[in-house]
Amino acid sequence: MQTAAAGAALGAVQQAQGQAIVPEQATAKAPATHTMSFTLNVNGRPYALELEPRVTLLDALRETLGLMGTKKGCDRGQCGACTVLANGRRIDSCLALAVAHDGDEITTIEGLALAGRLHPMQQAFVEQDAFQCGYCTPGQICSALGMVAELEKEGLPLDDATVRERMSGNLCRCGAYPNIVAAILKAGRAA
Amino acid sequence: MRDFRYTRASDIDSAVRAGRSSNAKFVAGGTNLIDLMKGAVEQPEELIDVSRLPLDRIEPLVDGGLRIGAAVKNSDAAAHPLVRDRYPLLSQALLAGASAQLRNMASMGGNLLQRTRCHYFYDTAFKACNKRSPGSGCAALEGERRMHAILGASERCIAVHPSDMAVALAALDAVVRVRGAASERTLPAAEFHRLPGDTPERDTNLEHGELITAIELPASRFGANAHYLKIRDRASYAFALVSVAAALDMQDGRVRQARIALGGVAHKPWRARRSEEMLAGKSLDASALRAAAEAALLDAKPYPDNAFKVELAKRAIVRAVLVAGGAA
Repeated sequence: MQTAAAGAALGAVQQAQGQAIVPEQATAKAPATHTMSFTLNVNGRPYALELEPRVTLLDALRETLGLMGTKKGCDRGQCGACTVLANGRRIDSCLALAVAHDGDEITTIEGLALAGRLHPMQQAFVEQDAFQCGYCTPGQICSALGMVAELEKEGLPLDDATVRERMSGNLCRCGAYPNIVAAILKAGRAA
Repeated sequence: MRDFRYTRASDIDSAVRAGRSSNAKFVAGGTNLIDLMKGAVEQPEELIDVSRLPLDRIEPLVDGGLRIGAAVKNSDAAAHPLVRDRYPLLSQALLAGASAQLRNMASMGGNLLQRTRCHYFYDTAFKACNKRSPGSGCAALEGERRMHAILGASERCIAVHPSDMAVALAALDAVVRVRGAASERTLPAAEFHRLPGDTPERDTNLEHGELITAIELPASRFGANAHYLKIRDRASYAFALVSVAAALDMQDGRVRQARIALGGVAHKPWRARRSEEMLAGKSLDASALRAAAEAALLDAKPYPDNAFKVELAKRAIVRAVLVAGGAA
C-alpha cells in the first residue's frame, strides 16, 4: 500500500522517533491535513488518536502506537497475519479503518502475556514447535483465541477438522500447520 | 488509498440523506470496499459508516419468517439458533464464505453488495473493464477465463458474483428491504442482482443512495432438507468454482417442492427453476436428478477455459440435492 496513507503513517513514525514514543505512551498524533480524533483501547489502555480516516487499524497499531507484534502480510485480508481481537472477536486489522473502531477494546499479541508469563496459547505454540519463521504466529495465536471462544459459544467441538476449517483464514507459508493445530488443540482443551 | 471524508451515521434517516451525495458510499464491515479502495478500483470521496445503526437484530416475524438486520455480522447470522434451525442452508452458505475473521467483520447488507473477483476488474493495470470503466471493453474476453460465467453473460462482461450467502437467499425466496430518500421498498433476493447486459457497471437493482436495512426470509418448509455445496480450488477460504444451494420440501420420500440456486456460474445467483419443476413429485432417483441437472445447464455458453464448470455444475446439483434429501 504505497500511498499517502502509508506516508501519513511514516510521518507518525518520524514523530514517534523524535519523541521516543513507546507503546505505553497514552497519546500519539500523526501530522496530517485531514484527521479525526478518536479513542482505541488497546490491551487495556486507552489511546487518544488523531489520524486520517484512511489509516487502517493495522497501521495505527504498528506505525502510530509502535505495537509491531501484529504483522502486515498481504494487507488485503487474505493471509490473516494482521489478526487482532476487537471486543473479543477476531478480525483482519488490515481491512478495518482505525476510526471505525472508536471506543473498541483491541487486543493484540502484546496484550496476552500476564505478569511476565506467556498466555497458555502462546506457551502451547512454543511447546508444540508451532512455527518456523514466526511471521504469521501473532495472527495465528490471536485467531486461535478468537476461535476457541466462538466454538464454546456456538457449542461446537474443538477437534482437528473444525480447527483446520475455522483457522483457514490464517496462512503459514512455512507450512507449520500440523503443529499449529496441535498447539491450538492442546491450549484450547486445557482452557 | 485516496483520502476521503468519514462520517458515522447516527440514524437511518441521516444515513440515507448523506448517501445521496454522488460520490458517497455506505460502509459497514468494509472487507470488500476497503480492499477495493486500496487497489484504487473504488475511490469514494465520502464513506458513511452504517455499521452502528440499529440494524443489528435478528427477529422472528409473525408469519413464521425471520428478519435479519442489514448490519448483523455474517458470523452472528450463521450462528444464530433460529437461522441454524429454520434456515440451515443460509447458515451453511455463510460459513462457506470468506474466513472467520472476515465473517466477523462483514455485514449481511455488505455481503450482498460485494463486487466480482474477476481479476481484470480488480487489477487497474488492465484498462479494459466495462464494469470498472464503462465502455472500456472487457479484458477477460481475451484473457484467462477459468473463473468466469457460463450462464447469462454478455459480450460486455463475463464476471461472476462471488457471494455464497446470496445464492442461499435466492434459493430461499428471501426479500431485501431497502430505504431510499422518499420511501421504503423490497426486492426479491433472486432479482436483487442483475445480469450484465449492456450495463455491467451496475451489479444490482439498488438505486444510488438506497440503504439495505434488512433481509427477510419467508416461513420455510425447507429447514429439514437443505445443503449448500461449494466446489473450490482448496478445501476452505476460496471463492466458488461452482456452488449449489439445494433445499427440498419432502413428503413420503418424494419431493413436494425443490429450490435450487447456483453460484460461481453467472453475474448473479442463478435460480434453476426448470430443474426445480422437474423434481417436483419425484423421488430422488439418479435419472430424475441427472435430467434436472442437465436442464439447469441447457443454456450454458462456456469458453474452453471454463468448460469444465458445465459438467461440474451438473454433478454438483445431483450431489447437493441427494445430500439435502438425506440420500447421500
